[in-house]
Amino acid sequence: MAETPQDDIVGMEQFNSLPRRVVVTYIPLAIFVFVLLFPFYWMAITAIKPDHQLTNYNDYSPFWVVQPTLDHIKFLFFETSYPGWLWNTVVVSVASTVIALAASVFAAYAIERLRFTGARVTGLLIFLAYLVPPSILFIPLAFIVFQVGIFDSRLALILTYPTFLIPFCTWLLMGYFRSIPFELEESALVDGATRWQILTKVILPLAVPGLISAGIFAFTLSWNEFIYALTFISSSENKTVPVGVLTELVRGDIYEWGALMSGALVGSLPVVILYSFFVDYYVSSMTGAVKE
Amino acid sequence: MARARRGGPLVWLTESRNGLGLIFMLPAAVFLICFLTYPLGLGVWLAFTDTKIGRAGIFIGLENFTWLSEDRVFWLSVFNTFFYTLIASVLKFALGLWLALILNENLPFKNFFRAVILLPWVVPTVLSALAFWWIFDSQFSIISWVLMKWGMIDAPINFLGEPWNARFSVIAANVWRGIPFVAISLLAGLQTIPQSLNEAAALDGATSWQRFRRITLPLLTPIIAVVMTFSVLFTFTDFQLIYVLTRGGPVNATHLMATLSFQRAIPGGQLGEGAAIAVAMIPFLLAAILFSFFGLQRRRWQQGGGD
Repeated sequence: MAETPQDDIVGMEQFNSLPRRVVVTYIPLAIFVFVLLFPFYWMAITAIKPDHQLTNYNDYSPFWVVQPTLDHIKFLFFETSYPGWLWNTVVVSVASTVIALAASVFAAYAIERLRFTGARVTGLLIFLAYLVPPSILFIPLAFIVFQVGIFDSRLALILTYPTFLIPFCTWLLMGYFRSIPFELEESALVDGATRWQILTKVILPLAVPGLISAGIFAFTLSWNEFIYALTFISSSENKTVPVGVLTELVRGDIYEWGALMSGALVGSLPVVILYSFFVDYYVSSMTGAVKE
Repeated sequence: MARARRGGPLVWLTESRNGLGLIFMLPAAVFLICFLTYPLGLGVWLAFTDTKIGRAGIFIGLENFTWLSEDRVFWLSVFNTFFYTLIASVLKFALGLWLALILNENLPFKNFFRAVILLPWVVPTVLSALAFWWIFDSQFSIISWVLMKWGMIDAPINFLGEPWNARFSVIAANVWRGIPFVAISLLAGLQTIPQSLNEAAALDGATSWQRFRRITLPLLTPIIAVVMTFSVLFTFTDFQLIYVLTRGGPVNATHLMATLSFQRAIPGGQLGEGAAIAVAMIPFLLAAILFSFFGLQRRRWQQGGGD
């Protein structure tokens, strides 16, 4: 297309001029991607570097690894409690996600579709519950957990994680249920279906994408949780990965960066793998929760 | 629609809207009341007692708060919290909006970029913070090494050892982690803006800045309000990053209210005092929540709907 100086459509011009696009879009994008990904690269490269290369920047380029080693990862799996922490994290995340999803499906359906008296206020309260941060709840919760007698057990985490998962999942599922046409439910009611049948045979199959979004998101949130796990768990064998790596692999003044970074890398992989399969669900749950 | 005809309470429970609503709400309500509402109230109560770990406290009125009001470390943590929240939120907003605008262009591999950019947000904060700890190492920081190679500095930067360096280092890590959330949420908002508006304005001779200022920004305002409220709320109550990177040091320079509250309550054993610090955060959180509420109201109003 001919570029005419008096062209009024300034905005459309940028679609034509490549140099401008490079400066305005591609270079900033490249910088963003580099900065956002560099810590992961650094984590990964440190995890496989032999110890003598780790801090010797003069003889070895810090950005590359000459003889990659699996020693740090081996150390992690065979000489620390890391496998146990991984297992704890899986158990806690799966259990709390299942509890939260089950409770949220019913709650969201009741608020959005049964429209019981006070449903809107309940919806608002759920939203407010979502905004209560764990950092102001952990002290009284520690107190309660201690009194109930589940201190230093996985059960303490399984029971407390739903407090931030349920509001989130309910809020998300409310949005999904809202998008399902009322007519489907009405015709099922006319055909004599009970509420339970409507929920399980009509609504839930249609809300599967919402359930997946809420489920993987809840799983990620519980996998990443830190402050409750740090406060409620004291013995090494009950710790979750984030707490275990931070409190047990950091010893004294000499940091074993290789082991630390492989701990961080291995602990991140499950959520990253899950994420790579469900990118769109993540995005929709993230934006869905904010938009509504 | 009164489906509940005559019958016992069981019929009411299983047949009427309110009865069924009650049953369906029960599991969620039990959890939220036992582990959210009750602790919230208990936390406020603890703030007025001298409870210690392993010893039930008695009501001491405002003593915790008067004690805190004379505690310079507490006020330092309040300052740090505001400083951290303000700078980090502004940076997250500016950079996040910029990134969203870039991603909203017609890019090749758009989905790939969108996926990759969310990674910092997906990975557990504690684990990525460990990577930052290593990046900010006082001797072997890769940033220092590169800057020294380029001849910009002579000695490694003491990222986490100097008060102001430490403050900006933790802010950098927080911004790094927060950008994806802001960018992807705003991108979703951008994609709801009809392209025809931009085209019409372009035809009328609006520059790209004018179109951004007069079309994109006003239409994006409601979602910006919500996203930033979330961002401010989570930054204000941040704990993990600080705990990993500095534990509040050096000399309390990076203690946030949340980390100070943990420090006093759990390792320090002063549950009452820790709770008082946590309760002191509530007014600010309420202000942010009200702000979010009105942001949502405004959005509804703009869409011209009551519900």
